Amino acid sequence: MIDILYFAWLRERIGLPRESLATEAATVAELIAELSMREERYRLAFSDLAAVRVAVDQTMVEFDAPLKGAREVAFFPPMTGG
Amino acid sequence: MVVRVQAADFDLAAELSDFGLGAGAVVTFTGLVRDHDQGGLREMLIEHYPAMTEPALTAIEARAKSRWNLADSLIIHRFGALKPGDRIMMVATAARHRGDAFQAAEFLMDYLKSRAPFWKKEITDKGESWVAAKDSDEAAIDRWS
Repeated sequence: MIDILYFAWLRERIGLPRESLATEAATVAELIAELSMREERYRLAFSDLAAVRVAVDQTMVEFDAPLKGAREVAFFPPMTGG
Repeated sequence: MVVRVQAADFDLAAELSDFGLGAGAVVTFTGLVRDHDQGGLREMLIEHYPAMTEPALTAIEARAKSRWNLADSLIIHRFGALKPGDRIMMVATAARHRGDAFQAAEFLMDYLKSRAPFWKKEITDKGESWVAAKDSDEAAIDRWS
């Protein structure tokens, strides 16, 4: 099982802050494809990946990053701290 | 080197009263909630990724320390519902000379903008919207590479 977290407008569009998923996805991109197949709200949330960032186990990665051994994947828009 | 992420406000004078003692130069920056460009801001909601926030801030601080000769540094960033004029965050740097303190403070601010997992939502009289990251935020980081 992998924990998937959503922040900011991704959380709002998908409608939940986190969920656990049993997945065979080997990469972040495969996970996004799997989620997008599930329901329209996921497909819409991930329709423009230029506006989405991802962290695996709290470290920012690219979409082709592997998920082997990962416990937590977080999706969010570009950060706006400060 | 201290990093704090908190909902509560902070007292600038109290934070700085014994910060950088003996260092020679202390630079501080405080970010406040500013009104929306079209006015009418009621509230700013700041969301963050708790498991990642402190590690990310600590990593940013470590980069600053490896680059400049810093005696000390402090980062405080708030989350939750804030009002116009409220303090959002502060950075302070202490160094023997002001050049290191000023540059490190600017570096910390540039990295906090787009490498610390915070997201801001503005609630105005007309509705609500997430604050978008700016291209200039990335450009600000590029200048340090």
